[in-house]
Amino acid sequence: MMPSVPQPVSGDPLLRVENLVVEYPVGNKTVHAVSGVSLDIARGETLGLVGESGCGKSTLGRAVMQLRRAVSGKVLFDGQDLTAMQGDTLRRMRRRVQLIFQDPIASLNPRRRIGDIIAEPLVISGVKDAKKREQLVHDVLSAVGLDPHLVIGRLPHEFSGGQCQRICIARALVLNPEFIICDEPVSALDVSIRAQILNLLEEMKARYGLTLLFIAHDLAVVKAVSDRVAVMYLGRLCEVGPSEQLFAQPAHPYTALLIEAIPVPDPDVRPAESVAVGEPPSPIAPPSGCRFRTRCPRADQRCSDEMPELREVAPAQFAACHHPLIGAA
Amino acid sequence: MKGPALLSVEGVAVDLPTPRGNLRAVDHVDLSIGAGRTLGIVGESGCGKTMLSRAILQLLPKKAKLSGRVMFDGQDLVCLDRERLRKLRGRSLAVVFQDPMTSLNPVLTIGTQLIETLQEHLELDGVAAKMRSVELLAAVGIPAPEQRLMQYPHQLSGGMRQRVAIAIALSCEPKLLIADEPTTALDVTIQAQILDLLAREQRRRHMAMIIITHDLGVVAGRTDEVAVMYAGRVVERAPTPDLFKKMRMPYTEALLAAIPKIDAKPHTPLPAISGRPPDPTRPLKGCSFSPRCKYAWAQCQVEKPPLEDADSPGHQYACFRPLNTEAIAPA
Ligand SMILES: Nc1ncnc2c1ncn2[C@@H]1O[C@H](COP(=O)(O)OP(=O)(O)O)[C@@H](O)[C@H]1O
Ligand SMILES: Nc1ncnc2c1ncn2[C@@H]1O[C@H](COP(=O)(O)OP(=O)(O)O)[C@@H](O)[C@H]1O
Ligand code: SF4
Ligand code: SF4
Ligand SMILES: [Mg+2]
Ligand SMILES: [Mg+2]
Repeated sequence: MMPSVPQPVSGDPLLRVENLVVEYPVGNKTVHAVSGVSLDIARGETLGLVGESGCGKSTLGRAVMQLRRAVSGKVLFDGQDLTAMQGDTLRRMRRRVQLIFQDPIASLNPRRRIGDIIAEPLVISGVKDAKKREQLVHDVLSAVGLDPHLVIGRLPHEFSGGQCQRICIARALVLNPEFIICDEPVSALDVSIRAQILNLLEEMKARYGLTLLFIAHDLAVVKAVSDRVAVMYLGRLCEVGPSEQLFAQPAHPYTALLIEAIPVPDPDVRPAESVAVGEPPSPIAPPSGCRFRTRCPRADQRCSDEMPELREVAPAQFAACHHPLIGAA
Repeated sequence: MKGPALLSVEGVAVDLPTPRGNLRAVDHVDLSIGAGRTLGIVGESGCGKTMLSRAILQLLPKKAKLSGRVMFDGQDLVCLDRERLRKLRGRSLAVVFQDPMTSLNPVLTIGTQLIETLQEHLELDGVAAKMRSVELLAAVGIPAPEQRLMQYPHQLSGGMRQRVAIAIALSCEPKLLIADEPTTALDVTIQAQILDLLAREQRRRHMAMIIITHDLGVVAGRTDEVAVMYAGRVVERAPTPDLFKKMRMPYTEALLAAIPKIDAKPHTPLPAISGRPPDPTRPLKGCSFSPRCKYAWAQCQVEKPPLEDADSPGHQYACFRPLNTEAIAPA
């Protein structure tokens, strides 16, 4: 049973994930972290990926990078299947894909100077000319809004969280990649700094012609930067669609719940009383049928018997639900 | 504020010695809250929210120096001896922290922790305390409460642990609950449930509550009054609707503008606040927000703006060029 691959709004896909399954063995049990996810990201597009913690967002990102090998499924980058690659071939492809993490301070080696941290990917990828490396490091630091002269000689602990995230972004950009996976890059930052980093990512995307997979658990943050949004729940995709459309008319009950739960900074908007119920069940023994059914207000017998497939409920909007909020049931 | 204050914080300052010199974490804060009311304290990390709540609770680090008065229910907590404070903290003054493990003991079952609290402060016998514990766990939305009594904190999810911490905090019917970023570590869906729970229990118990958060969205629909903190000081304070609609302080405006709005179009650049808060061991001479403030003028660099009354009742701000007045034209 192959779920249909949701099509991007335009262009040819730079990344195509097909029926990806990723699991972790724990003792004699299995964590079903990603269970058959398919999606496309077009060249130049930003796809936002949201869902509660533990739903498999990071696992998906790591499996795309081949940092965690999938049990089954394909990851096609620019038409080539990364899951079939090994060794040098994979390393060469990987240079075109970079990853930025949530905790910027922890992802920088505390004993190395910033200049060396950013030059390291260049050294590894064989840029032998030290002058050239220095130039590239300077350029990329300036691009992310840091003064190279003040920064290169210092150690990570001398910087705030927001500045460390700029450094991580510079490190990701220095090899001139085509695709960046941003795994909750602003979740650990204060609102004021978060806005700076989101703006920076948008600028860098335009300047370097990037394609982004932007992972976050905050829907408003995701909407601010994404062309399309994919919603994930307990290892599966619930819904994918153009950002504005998805927010204006969510089809999947889980998407609707996530939107309602966002606290609105307006005293006239009374928070909706307990729209959200319960917590996600364990991915070790996910519910049969629709994985969201234990928390879904619309669940019926069919939802426990039959797994809903992603299907188009509105132009370019796909939902995996037997009783979607829009479109014909 | 309506009615006599249950808590009034008067000129509270907290100094911490650090290798870099003295760090003033809280700088002459005045606040008050009436019985049954909700006060939100908002500010970015490091602005002194937790130190202020610890100053109220008399739970400051040993080396900290506290000045000012903390009047609670007619007595100055700063002058109480340890035994009286301990009793008070168990009974009338409760707290929930961001990390529920701060208030939970990892080696005791949930049941033991709840039952012991109830026995100590309410002098219930074992059977009554156990029954009350089950009721409390059910009230905070924990499924199968009898079974949970036998579980240890690590066997619960983060959201469930926070519910247990709330159950313990509520167990002795406190007059004031201080919730210090109770939902910051949780997903939005769980956050909504926990905030609803707090609001419901507050109404039911006619308890006063201080919600501390970095998110203006959390306080907007859920508080009577909000105080905005920056660099250890309260820089604006107002009844919640006034704060959002008639804000005077440029920092409040900037903080609100920087939040991504759910109804904004994708790829709209966010009005970010440039730079970052000042190093608290190197306090500025003038307004602490001046290096980042788009309205700053010469006076702001050399003088500290005092907290002044706005024309509507209960509204105060600390700014030489307040918004929504003739002092400045809109930028
Ligand atoms: N290395 C691992 N070993 C075992 N389980 C893991 C591992 N990494 C993640 N998991 C589990 O896989 C699920 C998905 O995790 P993750 O991809 O990190 O989710 P998210 O990024 O959405 O929070 C969770 O249940 C998590 O506990
Ligand atoms: N135990 C401590 N010793 C020294 N400084 C501290 C300690 N705890 C917090 N601080 C400092 O006090 C200031 C206020 O911190 P805090 O009250 O925790 O802020 P918030 O809760 O608003 O994030 C910060 O500059 C912080 O670095
Ligand atoms: S398939 Fe059923 S349980 Fe799942 S989201 Fe749709 S209505 Fe709810
Ligand atoms: S006092 Fe000056 S610097 Fe401070 S907030 Fe007001 S205008 Fe800005
Ligand atoms: Mg993650
Ligand atoms: Mg704090």
